Amino acid sequence: MEGKMIDENGLRIDGRKADELRPIKIEAGVLKRADGSAYVEWGKNKVLAAVYGPRECHPRHLQDPSKALVQCKYNMIAFSVSDRKRPGPDRRSVEISKIISEALEYAVFTEYFPRTSVDVYIEILQANAGTRCAGLTAASVALADAGIPMKDMIPSVAVGKIDGQVVLDLCKEEDNYGQADLPIAVVPRTGEILLMQMDGHMTMDEFNKAMEYGFGACEKIYQLQKDALKRRYAVEDVEGLEEDAPREQQDMEG
Amino acid sequence: MKESEVMYKDGALKPVREIVVPGELLDSGKLKPGSGTYVSEGKIYASQLGIKSTKSNYVNVIPLGGRYIPVTGDNVIGKVIDIGPSNWLIDINSPYPAPLHVNEVPWRVEFGDTARYLNVGDTILAKVLMVDETKRVQVTMKDQGLRKLQGGQIIDISHSKVPRVIGKGGSMIQLIKSHTNCRIFVGQNGRIWLDGDIESIVAAIRAIRMIDEGAQTLRLTERVKEYLESVTKPSQIG
Repeated sequence: MEGKMIDENGLRIDGRKADELRPIKIEAGVLKRADGSAYVEWGKNKVLAAVYGPRECHPRHLQDPSKALVQCKYNMIAFSVSDRKRPGPDRRSVEISKIISEALEYAVFTEYFPRTSVDVYIEILQANAGTRCAGLTAASVALADAGIPMKDMIPSVAVGKIDGQVVLDLCKEEDNYGQADLPIAVVPRTGEILLMQMDGHMTMDEFNKAMEYGFGACEKIYQLQKDALKRRYAVEDVEGLEEDAPREQQDMEG
Repeated sequence: MKESEVMYKDGALKPVREIVVPGELLDSGKLKPGSGTYVSEGKIYASQLGIKSTKSNYVNVIPLGGRYIPVTGDNVIGKVIDIGPSNWLIDINSPYPAPLHVNEVPWRVEFGDTARYLNVGDTILAKVLMVDETKRVQVTMKDQGLRKLQGGQIIDISHSKVPRVIGKGGSMIQLIKSHTNCRIFVGQNGRIWLDGDIESIVAAIRAIRMIDEGAQTLRLTERVKEYLESVTKPSQIG
């Protein structure tokens, strides 16, 4: 496979350029029973995220009297990969759950909801490399859809190295046979990094180039996240604001 | 015509109800931060998904969803979920259960005799007495009109739609009441209690669901009115 993943025109096996993302589709509010939800199709990845809460934190000893807890569960469904995945949490999904929880917790204004927990469930319906990034992107849309106050949306993307060249958003084959994989998540407004992992090796120059690609892509994903939310609540209405009762008038009228 | 305005049918310019997402810049100078916003480096950003509204120098974001967070003085509809010897635990549809102490009910209750007055599963009209900084909530029933609810039905809507269900000066709720002849209580926590004969309850619930689902759609009041007129005749009592 070595040396064959980028052709003479600089195109990758799925015909993308080095700094090109796979096609991404985001939809907000797809589940009725959850407080907030989002569905993301990212190339061949299919990810569903649901948010419950803020709600009473169970088990009780975990609750924090000063802030809310963000508890994320990342789960790959048995049929998400070609060899059936043994269901249930494993080393990998526990790790991903933890890093996504930590990234989201930074964005959410947890101090507004002491003693509660915000539960995020990420289900990978179909996996094709980069599911943690797709999962985090979906989770952030689901959190906003649930009406949870947060600093910003969090886009996330992976950058990698194949055939000695830095490329954006690895697909499955590239991930399997590539030399490096670097998922990142950023706060677009401030440029803060909320998640960064790497396996494989990169030189400093390659790393800098990867970050440049990653930040650029996050900006695009951020836009898609915003569009998804606005589309869900698209209004043709102009009247109505003046119809609301001011808070002091909202007595129960018998 | 400014970008934030839209030409209305009668030719009048009205502000658009602009949807904002968390992290979106709302204002970078003149205005003051209101609810649903936060300030970073002197600029105001939205912290919640909602509708941007500017009122008397404050930018607010009116949330489109989210859980009910109790505020002192709110009238709520609660369900009794647990009983203690000197208090009841009330579910007020928020992340925080609210204790109701025997001193806060309109009856004289002997210690340990709480179950004679309110039992698990009962529904009450209550008022949020206080909320402390760790969001410990207490509710009371010692106020005018607060009581145990008997009969009727309860439906849940999003608490952010409560202002819309009530309408300006109670116009929407009056419309529903006069057309269906139901007794209706709307709790700030998004619970609505209705009582009346079965057909009118069904009509009232349909009308409320219309408001809940179509809170940001065109001509809502008129459509609700049309619907109510199609199913019922307005009562004489009003």
